[in-house]
Amino acid sequence: MKKFLLLFFLTCLKLFGQVEFPILKNYANDFTSTLSQSELYTLNTTLKSFDDSTSNQVVFLMIRSLEGYSLEMYTYEVASRNKIGSAKNNGVLFFVAKEDRKMRIEVGYGLEGALPDALASSILRNEVRPYFKNNEYYAGVNAGLNAIMKAIKGEYKSDKKKDEEDGIGFPIMYIILFLIIFLLSGRRGGRGGGGLLPWLIISSMGSGRSRGGWGSGGFGGFSGGSGGFGGFSGGGGSFGGGGASGSW
Amino acid sequence: MKKGWIIALSIIAVIVILLIAVISWGVGVYNKLVSLNESVNQSWSQVENQYQRRYDLIPNLVATVQGVANFERETFTAVTEARAKVGQIRLSADQLGDPQAFQKFQQAQDGLSSALSRLLVVSENYPQLKANENFLQLQAQLEGTENRIAVERMKFNQVVQDYNVQIKRFPAAIIAGITGFTEKQYFKATEAAQEAPKVQF
Repeated sequence: MKKFLLLFFLTCLKLFGQVEFPILKNYANDFTSTLSQSELYTLNTTLKSFDDSTSNQVVFLMIRSLEGYSLEMYTYEVASRNKIGSAKNNGVLFFVAKEDRKMRIEVGYGLEGALPDALASSILRNEVRPYFKNNEYYAGVNAGLNAIMKAIKGEYKSDKKKDEEDGIGFPIMYIILFLIIFLLSGRRGGRGGGGLLPWLIISSMGSGRSRGGWGSGGFGGFSGGSGGFGGFSGGGGSFGGGGASGSW
Repeated sequence: MKKGWIIALSIIAVIVILLIAVISWGVGVYNKLVSLNESVNQSWSQVENQYQRRYDLIPNLVATVQGVANFERETFTAVTEARAKVGQIRLSADQLGDPQAFQKFQQAQDGLSSALSRLLVVSENYPQLKANENFLQLQAQLEGTENRIAVERMKFNQVVQDYNVQIKRFPAAIIAGITGFTEKQYFKATEAAQEAPKVQF
């Protein structure tokens, strides 16, 4: 019965949800295999270090085709669902639909001042389009991303330091706890060595880390990008439809 | 005698407890309605902001296009008239439950949307405009604003839906009825308003 329900639910999803919104695992995502692994690696590294130093999250996504779906609604959904940007709503999605020859820069609420529609449109028209017209995709994407980063640099300061301290504090707490329990169970002795507790704690340490969203692992439907490096996880940014669209 | 007192007291106690439970439930429902109402008002002001933004953009756009395409009189008049109409019809958050006022507001705004998209289509015939950076920027701003309007309208409809479901659902509907919360209107999709003016450049 349960299986039947699940099957029913899945077919419903298939019927109604014709558009699939990808869950982004990297800063630079290419589902068309246009960019090479090393190019994606470079973009990922750049975007990740930009996030680390400014807390602005810039994400790139290239898909094959929108299949007739509205460009603006698609990028809005992808950007909101992936929560690009931190709580300051400072996320930007640079999106390309290769076969439709359409592109868009979707700007989060918090960056609409630094990257207004007119500037976003000018970046698409003057920085990206000339390259795309010559089929130089990597050069176009690179120029676009650099222009975006240049525009929004300095809008926010990073507060990553605090996060890092928290990140170090956590394992230390675990190690101390682990030592205490190990010592206690060791003193009692004769009761089957260390017992289960230390292992439970070790395994919980592992699960705690993977919850942080750094793992790569394939996700149904969409895969690609550059494997496990520079994993992206959204920081809770929200979007209001700002940005500009273009074509080439 | 003593037994009778105990029974009477416990009945009173039960009634009091029930009363307290009902009142606190009522207060909870009321508070939830208040905060839902507040979020409807808030997202309404977002919608209004975006409409205002578009309203403010138009004079610049018209001036730029007029400089180049001076003989498209009809199109300019249509935009100016639609804009004037929008300027007259304001809808405060208290009027969100009034179907007629809401419909009037939406009609005026949608009228302006279609007049504007016609203006942009006409502009396509002028290569001078398409090479004019000032025009391109205004066009990008207008498209961005239309898109923001669409997004804020969608968000508004979602919040109104939460609110309307809450005030109609039994038994919370009783509290909503007593305290005077009424149903609010949705934006209805029209062909002209559904998508931002699409212009290929």
